[in-house]
Amino acid sequence: MSVAVSVRRPSRVGRRVGSVLTVAAALVVFAASVFPVYWMVNTSFQPNGQVRGSELHFWPDNFTLENYLGVVSGSARAPFLPALGNSLMVALLTVAVALVFAFLAALAVTRFRFRSRAPFIITILVIQMIPAEAMIISVFRLIDGWQLLNTVIGLSLVYIATVLPFTIWTLRGFVNGVPIELEEAAMIDGLSRSQAFWKITFPLLAPGLVATGVFGFIQAWNEFVFALVLNPRPEAMTLPVWLRTFLDPNGGINWAELMAGSTLVAVPVVVFFLIVQSRMTGGMVSGAVKG
Amino acid sequence: MTTQSTLGPPTGVVDDDTPDPLPPRRGRRSGRFTPYALLVPALIVLTLITGWPLLQLLIMSVQEFGRAQVFGAPPEFVGLANYLDVLTDPEFWQVLGRSLVFAAVCVVVTMVLGVLIALLMKRLGTVLRTTVSIGLLLAWAMPPLSATIVWGWIFDTQYGVINNVLVNVFGLAQYEGHSWLIEPLSFFFVATIIIVWGAVPFVAFTVYAGLTQVPDEVLEAAQLDGAGAAKRFFLVVVPYIRPILAIVTILQVIWDLRVFTQIYALQSIGGLAEQTNTLGVYIYRVSLGSGDFGAGGAISVLVVLLLVGLSAFYVRRSVKEESL
Repeated sequence: MSVAVSVRRPSRVGRRVGSVLTVAAALVVFAASVFPVYWMVNTSFQPNGQVRGSELHFWPDNFTLENYLGVVSGSARAPFLPALGNSLMVALLTVAVALVFAFLAALAVTRFRFRSRAPFIITILVIQMIPAEAMIISVFRLIDGWQLLNTVIGLSLVYIATVLPFTIWTLRGFVNGVPIELEEAAMIDGLSRSQAFWKITFPLLAPGLVATGVFGFIQAWNEFVFALVLNPRPEAMTLPVWLRTFLDPNGGINWAELMAGSTLVAVPVVVFFLIVQSRMTGGMVSGAVKG
Repeated sequence: MTTQSTLGPPTGVVDDDTPDPLPPRRGRRSGRFTPYALLVPALIVLTLITGWPLLQLLIMSVQEFGRAQVFGAPPEFVGLANYLDVLTDPEFWQVLGRSLVFAAVCVVVTMVLGVLIALLMKRLGTVLRTTVSIGLLLAWAMPPLSATIVWGWIFDTQYGVINNVLVNVFGLAQYEGHSWLIEPLSFFFVATIIIVWGAVPFVAFTVYAGLTQVPDEVLEAAQLDGAGAAKRFFLVVVPYIRPILAIVTILQVIWDLRVFTQIYALQSIGGLAEQTNTLGVYIYRVSLGSGDFGAGGAISVLVVLLLVGLSAFYVRRSVKEESL
């Protein structure tokens, strides 16, 4: 069979229609992805009176910061600044501890062979499948028993355990990416084993550590269920639980303020996420934790 | 194993079954206890904060455990009574069925859209592809709670943009003051949009990364042999990316079955909790709402078993890559 006969070339018109459709589809995908984010920010800069009008404003033409000032300073329900502080402390503490612990464990499973290596890795994978909701009651009792309800430490401990499996699994991938031959070459050149590790391998791992750390931070920052149950007091709340206090179907929702609050909670995550995501996409599939 | 530093193929999913480089055995005897020492901190945390509560959960699920026990009364062993209660409670089956159907719908819609968008990205030029990527990244990055609240606002009864456009642009007067959340089916319609919107980017990016692994020569050869676009996709592309599709699907199933934040927040915005509970929210309401920790524990154990069972495939696959 001759090649020329069997190739089906689309006609020129067909191809042009095809490419117009492709561009249209791309724009639709973009619009659908961005619209809620745009609408959130757009609403957050409009006066509440305008938001509750029958006319849609696709641009904050009566630009105002009153919603942001309202949620940050004047909230009658739960104060913003303590919640921000709690969120930051919990997330940073979680990341700091989880990174160190996970890094050590990742070294163990990548650079050593030992008998319980396989069971350990399987455990790490299975643990990630256990939903937080199933553990709420017993974790609540545990933290209550330690008298750590409504504390930064208590919530951080739970988050460390939550992000640890994912962090170990992802770091394992990064450590595997650094060939052991590099270390061995350095050892032949006279460095000790630990020197070889710290001087050769560790610097190569730094970007991976940062990316994994940021992902742990985002998870701790976004976590909702444990925060809701373990830290319900206004002064102990984290930002997501604080944000929820604005949802009161009976009292009528102030959407403009709520959008300002949502934006405040989302901004740090979105910025961090955009910075590190390309590094993490590979690990995600193996890591099994949603960002 | 391939590098993870770019939006490359997901670890080990596509690359040719080369096992992870394992350190050679030689010269490792000196560090016989080192690996265990390195694991100690992680093991302590996981044992105390995951293992111990899990054990407590199992114990609690075979006990009569109500509010009295929380305040110190000794719990009574009741065998499998809690499980019997749960399994004979029609509400449990309702919630389970609802969760399964909801997760199934979300997974199917997410996978179809995700794969279509990945194929679309493959056809786009650099500028448009970057544009689409940025949009998807924004959606992916939104915290679930913020996302749910924003969608709640978009679908708001009185001032939401959806109702406004339906009434004023399309002239559908019946949507004036229409409540999207009060009716369960419509509640789950909105919930599906929220979940799919947040999940599609992950699927699209991962599948796209897989698509870039399909050799062009193979596709060209198929085209020369007269295979149309659909045939090329199902007979050439799909076999190449099947491992990725399988893993992404199973992850979506697990994530969608355990969804909590979105449902809980939507209920706070205006849904009827009794008619819209999914497994995660149901556990929360049975244990912390009604104070029946025994029954809550039994449901929790059942959900854990369900999810761990579902994930067996994923774990087996990952373990195989690890060449354990």
